[in-house]
Amino acid sequence: MSNDGVLQGDFFMDGDTACAEGAICAGCRFFGGYPITPATEIAERMSRRLPQVGGTYIQMEDEIASISTVLGASWAGVRAMTATSGPGFSLMMENLGLGIITETPCVLVNVQRGGPSTGMPTLVGQGDMMQARWGSHGHYEIIALAPSSPQELFDLTIRAFNLAAKYRTPVLVMTDETVGHMIERVIIPPPEEIELVYRRRPTVPPDDGYLPFHADPDGVPPMACAGDGYRIHVTGLTHDEKGYPDTVSVETQRQMVERLIRKIRDNRDDIIELREDQVEGADVVVVAYGISARTAARPVRIAREMGLKVGLLKLVTVWPFAEDRIRELAPAVKAFVVPEINMGQIALEVERCAAGQAQTILVPHAGGGLHAPDDILEALRRAVQ
Amino acid sequence: MTEKLTDVVMSKQHPMDNLLRQDRLPHIWCSGCGLGTILTCFVSALIKSGLDLQKVAVVSGIGCTGRAAGYLNLDGFHTTHGRAIPFATGLKLGNPELKVVVISGDGDLVAIGGNHFIHAARRNMDLTVICVNNFNYGMTSGQMGPTTPTDARTSTSPYGNAEHPFNVPYLAAASGATYVARWTALHVRRLERSILEALNKNGFGVVEVISPCPTYYGRWNKMGSALEQMGYYHEQSVIQHGIDPAKADIGLSGEIIVGRFVDVDKPTFGDLQRGFSQ
Amino acid sequence: MRLWRKPLDRDRVVVPRGEIHLIVERCKGCQLCVTYCPRDALEMSSLFNAKGYHPPQVRDHQRCVACGLCEMLCPEFAIFVVEVSGEQ
Repeated sequence: MSNDGVLQGDFFMDGDTACAEGAICAGCRFFGGYPITPATEIAERMSRRLPQVGGTYIQMEDEIASISTVLGASWAGVRAMTATSGPGFSLMMENLGLGIITETPCVLVNVQRGGPSTGMPTLVGQGDMMQARWGSHGHYEIIALAPSSPQELFDLTIRAFNLAAKYRTPVLVMTDETVGHMIERVIIPPPEEIELVYRRRPTVPPDDGYLPFHADPDGVPPMACAGDGYRIHVTGLTHDEKGYPDTVSVETQRQMVERLIRKIRDNRDDIIELREDQVEGADVVVVAYGISARTAARPVRIAREMGLKVGLLKLVTVWPFAEDRIRELAPAVKAFVVPEINMGQIALEVERCAAGQAQTILVPHAGGGLHAPDDILEALRRAVQ
Repeated sequence: MTEKLTDVVMSKQHPMDNLLRQDRLPHIWCSGCGLGTILTCFVSALIKSGLDLQKVAVVSGIGCTGRAAGYLNLDGFHTTHGRAIPFATGLKLGNPELKVVVISGDGDLVAIGGNHFIHAARRNMDLTVICVNNFNYGMTSGQMGPTTPTDARTSTSPYGNAEHPFNVPYLAAASGATYVARWTALHVRRLERSILEALNKNGFGVVEVISPCPTYYGRWNKMGSALEQMGYYHEQSVIQHGIDPAKADIGLSGEIIVGRFVDVDKPTFGDLQRGFSQ
Repeated sequence: MRLWRKPLDRDRVVVPRGEIHLIVERCKGCQLCVTYCPRDALEMSSLFNAKGYHPPQVRDHQRCVACGLCEMLCPEFAIFVVEVSGEQ
């Protein structure tokens, strides 16, 4: 460990631990959370590690308080995070909306488990993916990342903080119980090798015309924080560029909502990350994310050995969805095969974007375990017929 | 106006205007609502406290009182219903140099926000909470709330309230608050002093202010004009400093016990955390 | 000023005098200032401001002692008092 408490080197750790360490490497110095299986280990690790790096851990009375406290800490200028699973994720939805409309950078980790409701607390699920997109009320865009390994959970937690700061938005890390609890090698690079992006600050001094919600050309407003002297007003009501509520103007609503949506959509080339393996020229493309992208690797290999031209498209970024890429591939492939540990969520997006130009074959799993490779292989065989 | 007001100097600026968002005035509160008076007392106390105003942050919830943050020329956060206190907790822990004040209403703080209220008091978070109690949900047109007295009529208790209300000072004190006071909106100087005491004190301070709601609660319960309702609360007030807050229940009629009930010292969450830090 | 007993230093005490300032367009006619002025120095006028409310006016400017209660009570930040030179 270096002097300031941040880790560095090769480790053998589980995903939850890697997530916490990734946050710390990213400069996260506030965690407000609540215990919930299978995300509790993140809270436990943060409670031990944050005081060692000069940060603050607080365990709140429920998940609603947790996300509220994270938003508050972010407005105090601190990189802040919370972690939960399905039931807590549902509780956090209202304030996720507050974070979106107030453009508050923060990271929310969901270690998904079997659902719905209390479901299977100790076992894997991927059933919250649509909720990640549409869970809060009103219309908005969201960024959600899906790691497939502890190393990737480490890396993507850092990326989440960077995206949150760059785009002034909450970012979701949609991992799952398998990745969260599996123990693998995690390499933590030295700080100089970790690229960090910080939120843009105002360029003018206070009382010189700074508007808290006036966007720069990329759609993101520079952010002043409490105590900086700008005397900002931040509200969850529809607001104008000054931040003042303007609840009866259709025009203000339109401008605000459209800018918030464009902020993400117009920057999707920067935000969307995909990992492609032999996708070009494939007859069938497996579209997968999270642990299912790993489960799919073996059936894809077996299918190729059988002579099938199969590609694997891993969605590292699940939201915003890779619409452009799917639309591009659809005329060229026979089918998309989508294995996911739910009864069909991202498959709906694939089908929508394929627009009938290719089949979409869902390989569902109700939850509690990973796909059997044969189930995916069977779908691949069906796809080429 | 064709005639002049006698002996009045016509002005365009108020001495407190630099602490107000003048482009948001006049505020939306009804004529006779106590909120404007309470805000005046708050601003006055803030000036007297000598605090660095750049470092004062106000967090409010949803409701009439929740609009207070929008009228103050300070860093202000108008958050979701009931969640002002945990948001304020995050602000304070994120930057301990900030002085964080929560201004919110009875429903926001002890109904939907009840859980957060008692836990922040339990932790003795260093926050000053001004709870404006008008005995109903005013913004949404006068529904019953957790402080509505038994038998009172409101838009959702048309046959009379069948519930017992919270006694906010008792709730705060029992949960661990280290400063608890109650005044009515008319007790301007005493309210200003209590707010000042709470601001200057480290720990969870709660100042409950009884305020008239002439448009809804007062009208539903035949309390007369705004002036009469404000006067009635003041007349019913009995000052009893240091009394056990358990004895300070408020009924539909009868005494309203006001005063400074609790003023003790206890380590705050921040104090304890600092003691454990590596 | 009528005094029941005469304090020993009454020759040295200066009774403050106040001048009432009004931002008339902010007034919402709630009558708090008029009702609670301890010196009965204010009264409601019959004039209207732009919003249709009756603002207050000074009934007797000699009575104001710049106590500031109207300023503290006013919910609208519409009235304040400026102390002017007092009299003994």
